[in-house]
Amino acid sequence: MQIELSEEQRMLQQTCRDFAEKELKPHAAKWDEEKRFPKEIIPQLRDLGLMGVAVPEEWGGSDMDNIAYAVAMEEVSRGCASTGVIMSVNNSLYCDPVLRYGNDAQKERWLSPYASGQKLGCFGLTEPQAGSDAAAQKTMAVRDGEGWVLNGTKSWITNAPNADAALIFAMTEPDKGVKGISAFLVDHDNPGFEVSAPEQKMGIRAALSAGIFMEDCKVGPDSLLGNPGDGFKVAMSTLDGGRIGIAAQALGIAHAAIDAAKEYALERIAFGQPVADFQAIQFMMADMATRLEAARLLTYKAAWLKNQKVRHSKESAMAKVFASEAATFVTHRAQQIFGGNGYSVEYPVERHYRDARITEIYEGTSEIQRLVIATSLLREG
Amino acid sequence: MDLRLDETQEMVQETARRIAKDILAPRAAEIDRNHQFPKEQIQALGEAGLLGVNVPESLGGSEAGVVSYSLAVTEIAAACASTSVTMAVTNMVAELICGFATEEMKRRHVPKLTSAQYAAGAFGLSEPQAGSDAGALKTRAEKKGDRWIINGSKQWITSGNVAGVIVVWARTGGPGPKGISAFLVEGDAKGLIVAPPESKMGQRASPTVGLTFEDCEVPAEALLGEEGQGFKLAMIALDGGRIGVASQAVGIARAALDASVAYALERQAFGKNIGSFQAIQWKLADMATELEAARLLTLQAAKLKEMGRRFTREASMAKLFSSEMANRACLEAVQIYGGYGYVDDFPVERYLRDVRTTTIYEGSSEIQRLVIARNLLFD
Repeated sequence: MQIELSEEQRMLQQTCRDFAEKELKPHAAKWDEEKRFPKEIIPQLRDLGLMGVAVPEEWGGSDMDNIAYAVAMEEVSRGCASTGVIMSVNNSLYCDPVLRYGNDAQKERWLSPYASGQKLGCFGLTEPQAGSDAAAQKTMAVRDGEGWVLNGTKSWITNAPNADAALIFAMTEPDKGVKGISAFLVDHDNPGFEVSAPEQKMGIRAALSAGIFMEDCKVGPDSLLGNPGDGFKVAMSTLDGGRIGIAAQALGIAHAAIDAAKEYALERIAFGQPVADFQAIQFMMADMATRLEAARLLTYKAAWLKNQKVRHSKESAMAKVFASEAATFVTHRAQQIFGGNGYSVEYPVERHYRDARITEIYEGTSEIQRLVIATSLLREG
Repeated sequence: MDLRLDETQEMVQETARRIAKDILAPRAAEIDRNHQFPKEQIQALGEAGLLGVNVPESLGGSEAGVVSYSLAVTEIAAACASTSVTMAVTNMVAELICGFATEEMKRRHVPKLTSAQYAAGAFGLSEPQAGSDAGALKTRAEKKGDRWIINGSKQWITSGNVAGVIVVWARTGGPGPKGISAFLVEGDAKGLIVAPPESKMGQRASPTVGLTFEDCEVPAEALLGEEGQGFKLAMIALDGGRIGVASQAVGIARAALDASVAYALERQAFGKNIGSFQAIQWKLADMATELEAARLLTLQAAKLKEMGRRFTREASMAKLFSSEMANRACLEAVQIYGGYGYVDDFPVERYLRDVRTTTIYEGSSEIQRLVIARNLLFD
């Protein structure tokens, strides 16, 4: 058993930490306030190889492993949670399924430019009436000669306003239920493909989420990812990986909140001493740090299992539910330590709290994670 | 990072699992009910090398490392928490003697501890008025020629009435932690008076006693480490001990979860098994997730200790999180069992009673939080 990070993983961690400290943290509040996609930071993410961390070099990626990816996600999100999710969607939800299910021609066109950070991808599964119940897809894809015609609406699609292509899920054989869903790679400039104005969100406001409308959106035969009917399998296995990304994002948010709370607790004087000297504050800090550490180990474990290419649905769900709830807990306590200042946008913790909130909702709510875990436990019996 | 166990770790785990299943599980309820010390069980652990897992082979140990030790405690605790605490304290005492006693003392005591020739080792730190505030202990040791004379009382000493050797902390200097030294006192020492076992809520097959020392004489070689070093030795031992308690809590929680899953699949209500209801599924999901987190925290602390790194913070995190997680898991297990969870025909009420003390002994949750916060804020 080896519990520590490898040399390569530690180096990446340090690189990302320095990058986040210098290039993300100083701007995160402004990007959030302006609800502005941090376009200028994408070339730097690209240069650091962070847009396709676990993608092989031959397809434009950095050829590292999933633990390295989690480590990088934590550090980037510690600097800016919005940048974290922009990165996570491209890595986990877009590049990973194209890598696993795409043929060489598809990888050439839809993976290499994305893993190398030239282009940005997004993931179109959720619909207005299909969230947790993702199988209730209403978007339709109908055969049209050699290709397909797509019609339908997607919602809450992170990166959609800035992306160059989307992985779109659609019903190809509605009478087959989940086995009638297929996955398609669709360029954003494809006729019949429109992106709505970004949603007004509570947090991660520099990562834009929007609806996608497809009206007689015609795509070629090369657009189909995997076989017809593979869509749900593609989506679920992709989310198994995506949950590692979001768990790591939650770690980063929690970590940032602990950094801020520690600094404040040592500085702020009350009743004649730094508030850090009171057990009330110490106990909060102890619980915050312990939950973060536990969440980190769960996340690394899921990433490690993904490295082994074994099924990791249960472990990813555990990492995601625990880390996201830990982030909510930690950011809430950090705000509490800051008192009134924690409620003010002059300090970062209110943003951390708003940013943490979504990690319990997207890429499978906490309720869905618990369902995944319990079903797996009861099946193992 | 590689979470696969190595061959030794797997072997130790497998050995412990087999003993747990064949020897401990069948009698755990009975010895708890009768407050009966698990003598034969401990004998079996000794024969299997589980009483000195992290002790050198030259002194009768298995030399299998701290991770192996943690895995073994978990397996034993999943079957019988009382046996696991006896085992854990014996291992801790054996390690402490290996680390700080004279060669002669090591040879005299350690092989007897690891082979179960001694029924157990014991750790005599707490006193009636010194629990969390261990630095306030009042027991005194006075030097008289080449001997030490110990006077005072100890409280809550696990296995204190059956131990072949007890590590006793006593004040040799002024007030505070720096005036404390540690001594090895043999179980049959003159002037050592053992009180009847306490009546406890759980872990009832593990006797807990008060000890009184009335002019109890020990030789100069009985001093562990150096004079005035006692408090430091206690803290070092407890850092390791916390890995033991964390491992124990993980074992008890796993037993509670396994019992809950089995019951959820079997028990029918409203026309289906109760595992079909999200109300029950949610409990199981939370129990399993927290258990996995606790297991990883515990293995991390064990591995860091094994590598010779600092592990105080990690051991406290493991102990705090595992013990509190295990309490929640056992409480939920009783809830899932309903009325059956409240009667001793089923094991879950015993798990709940057994697990309760894991947030108390070897440093309460409050002490763990202090350790973690100080490390985080002031180191």
